[in-house]
Amino acid sequence: MNAELWLPVVFAGLMAISLLAYVILDGYDLGVGILLPLGSEAERDTMIASIGPFWDANETWLVLGVGLLLVAFPLAHGIILGELYLPVALMLLGLILRGVAFDFRVKARDPHRPWWNAAFAAGSLLAALSQGVMLGRYLTGFAPGAAAWGFALLAGAGLAAAYALLGAGWLIMKTRGALQARAIGWARRALYGTGLAVLAVSIATPLASAHIAAKWFVLPDFLLLLPLPLGSLALFALLALSLPRLARRQAAGNDSLCWLPFAATVGIVLLSFWGLAYSVFPDIVIGRLTIWQAASSPEALRVILWGAAVVLPTIVGYTVYAYRVFWGKAEGLSYS
Amino acid sequence: MEFDPVTLARIQFGANISFHILFPTISIAMGWVLLFFKWRFNATRDEAWMEAYGFWVKVFALTFAVGVVSGITMSFQFGTNWPGYMRTVGNIAGPLLAYEVLTAFFLEATFLGIMLFGRSRVSNRVHTLATFLVAFGTTVSAFWIIALNSWMQTPTGFSMVNGQAHVTNWLEVIFNPSMPYRLTHMLLASGLTVAFLVAGLSAYRWGRGDRVRAVRHSLTTGVYLAALLIPLQILAGDAHGLNTFHHQPAKLAAMEGVWHTERGAPLLLFALPDEASQSNRYQIGIPKLASLIITHQQDGEIRGLGEFAGKHPPVGKVFWSFRVMVAVGVLMLATAWLAVWQLRRGEPAGWTTRLLTAMTFSGWLATLAGWYVTEIGRQPWLVTGVLSTADAASTVPGGMILSTLLMYLALYLVLLTSYVSVVFYLARKAGKHDDLPLSANLAGEQA
Ligand code: HDD
Ligand code: HEM
Ligand code: HEM
Repeated sequence: MNAELWLPVVFAGLMAISLLAYVILDGYDLGVGILLPLGSEAERDTMIASIGPFWDANETWLVLGVGLLLVAFPLAHGIILGELYLPVALMLLGLILRGVAFDFRVKARDPHRPWWNAAFAAGSLLAALSQGVMLGRYLTGFAPGAAAWGFALLAGAGLAAAYALLGAGWLIMKTRGALQARAIGWARRALYGTGLAVLAVSIATPLASAHIAAKWFVLPDFLLLLPLPLGSLALFALLALSLPRLARRQAAGNDSLCWLPFAATVGIVLLSFWGLAYSVFPDIVIGRLTIWQAASSPEALRVILWGAAVVLPTIVGYTVYAYRVFWGKAEGLSYS
Repeated sequence: MEFDPVTLARIQFGANISFHILFPTISIAMGWVLLFFKWRFNATRDEAWMEAYGFWVKVFALTFAVGVVSGITMSFQFGTNWPGYMRTVGNIAGPLLAYEVLTAFFLEATFLGIMLFGRSRVSNRVHTLATFLVAFGTTVSAFWIIALNSWMQTPTGFSMVNGQAHVTNWLEVIFNPSMPYRLTHMLLASGLTVAFLVAGLSAYRWGRGDRVRAVRHSLTTGVYLAALLIPLQILAGDAHGLNTFHHQPAKLAAMEGVWHTERGAPLLLFALPDEASQSNRYQIGIPKLASLIITHQQDGEIRGLGEFAGKHPPVGKVFWSFRVMVAVGVLMLATAWLAVWQLRRGEPAGWTTRLLTAMTFSGWLATLAGWYVTEIGRQPWLVTGVLSTADAASTVPGGMILSTLLMYLALYLVLLTSYVSVVFYLARKAGKHDDLPLSANLAGEQA
């Protein structure tokens, strides 16, 4: 087959995988950051200890995703990041605050500690909101007007709620005792927020984008897409039912299903992501550019593909290794 | 008021990369220094080496975190500020940037977790390996990004088709004429920055009466490393200058303040280059020395700026940045060798420790000055002879760039102040706990 035809598809796929990995991985640690103000002083240390060894590598998936956009679809990169200039700057501000607070909060003078804790939480929230706004703007094809911006803000709130849910699920899995019990409570609240937001975004998306509406409401696509909302609904129901039970089991000392909320939330993210990817493909700037129009020359893409084919499995391998080293419940972090 | 987007985009890019580079410069060599501390401990079983490791790993973790988040800003900036860049040379920049992410960023980011927090969870061998992989990752990252930057300075191995660069030979692209010099000079700059940081902070603790063996070990390591690297750096810098003379003569003429092609050009110690009159005011120089250094002949010819009318960089900035870098280099040489001489005879004198403390961050000054020579000296080109900076600029409105620029500047000011004061605070705090064993010292530490 013609390289100009399949290479852009492969790279769109790789980019989607990196962004998905980013949303799930940095999603849980931004979520923990958003929940940080709800914990007590001692609980905050444990919460941050549970993500300390991972956040840096998690964030690198964003660098890869944006890097692939830049190198594989330079035309789209220019348009998309030009349009998203302000939310991107705010996201970077949030990521910078969150990232540096990890270290400053334990190394700066004690009186400064509350400030760095606040920077940690505010940075996490700001990054999550801006990413949601970016998604919202992207889905409307950067349409002007109050309605389109309202939709973007809704997507922002929705993504923040979803991250909080992921974060709570992570804490249920990685902590024990009182903190775990409280995390179950946080998860229940975040679940309603996420549920409402996913519903609202799903209703608003076809209204906001005629382009996407045209893809959803035709046969047979409609029937093929139907499993996505139904599957999400089932996972939401599973979470709503299992969280109260989990609290009771945990109180009775049975921790065997602590991974369930996290796994179910990841399932919801996967289904939503698949739905969005399906709606957008093969455009890369909705209604303006397809991946083939935006792609860079096959020679450069080939060079990267060879490297990626060798290196990506290695990266997955040592990422798995790192998660195994820190397997189990989080304990206080120390350098010794 | 109208803001010129190109100027603003340049200031913004310059501000962001200047902030970013401060931290990689430390991360790159600090990784290897930590490995050295571990190796000394493994070899001697002397707890003081591990204590030194325990202190410096905190500084490293802090530095690394700031380096990572400021780097993420950089990866967004290429597209937002310079869309014309990727359009013209994307076939070259793209793969090099992608390889940096794939081969370096994931490696260092993943093993950093194990290096920092895994000591009680993995064997000592695996922990040493993780430390090595982090240090190695930072160096690989420098390799790729310097390769790209050097290619922008001295492009080879490509041909232009329809206004786009296409690679004809990847080895020529990566190992372009200035790349070996720039990589060597940058890695040595990183080593020197860390050497003076380690020596300076240890001298600070020493001066405050905190003279445990771990401090002595760090002080000696820093001072000897500095004394070893600075002559190498001066040699490398000289070779680098010769290379620039061959490949970017306009930049060299600006560095030396040579307006008109001349033989036996003097080495200028002071001058105020004046673009309007095409000459220097208040010039003080040593006759024939510039020609001698650059052409290795007393009356060798140096091409003047006049030959590059309209196509040469702003002279004053390049001229003075170069002098700042060289002056810091000379000061480093004097300080490091003096300190070695004193350490060999016993204790360092009070004023030596004060001098070393004052020079804690001198590496940053020279590194920034050096990059300004390199980058401003490349103007008006973004890629020498291929793409001019103005042609690459973006269409984002000036007001938007200005507002985010102000936000970044405010943030950087806060972070830089916090970073420097926390590093000194860590040094004072470490001094208060030295009667406790290391494990007690770190048990409460969370990060
Ligand atoms: C000579 C070295 C050097 C130079 C000139 C640059 N960097 Fe850098 N960068 C590093 C050396 C480095 C490093 C040593 O690898 C860092 C610093 C600290 C760290 O954690 O990794 C890093 C981090 C870092 C990260 C975060 C990586 C992560 O997630 O772990 C990104 C995205 C970039 N950089 C991108 C850039 C770009 C786009 C640059 C040029 C315009 C650039 N850097 C210049
Ligand atoms: C790390 C140390 C570096 C520093 C301190 C630095 C500094 C600067 C400065 C001050 C400018 C503005 C120059 C002017 O407009 O007069 C600039 C421009 C630029 N630099 Fe660098 N730079 C560094 C490394 C790099 C690297 C590694 C790359 C790419 C691989 C790079 C790519 C660029 C680009 C694309 C511009 C914008 C266009 C221009 O103004 O020339 N720089 N840099
Ligand atoms: C004292 C003698 C020194 C000489 C003769 C020298 C020479 C040079 C030259 C000629 C360049 C510009 C090359 C170009 O862009 O074409 C340069 C750049 C640079 N210098 Fe130096 N240098 C000296 C000392 C130092 C010291 C002490 C440091 C830092 C600790 C340093 C750090 C840098 C850096 C980071 C750059 C930019 C990257 C590069 O182009 O390599 N230099 N130096």
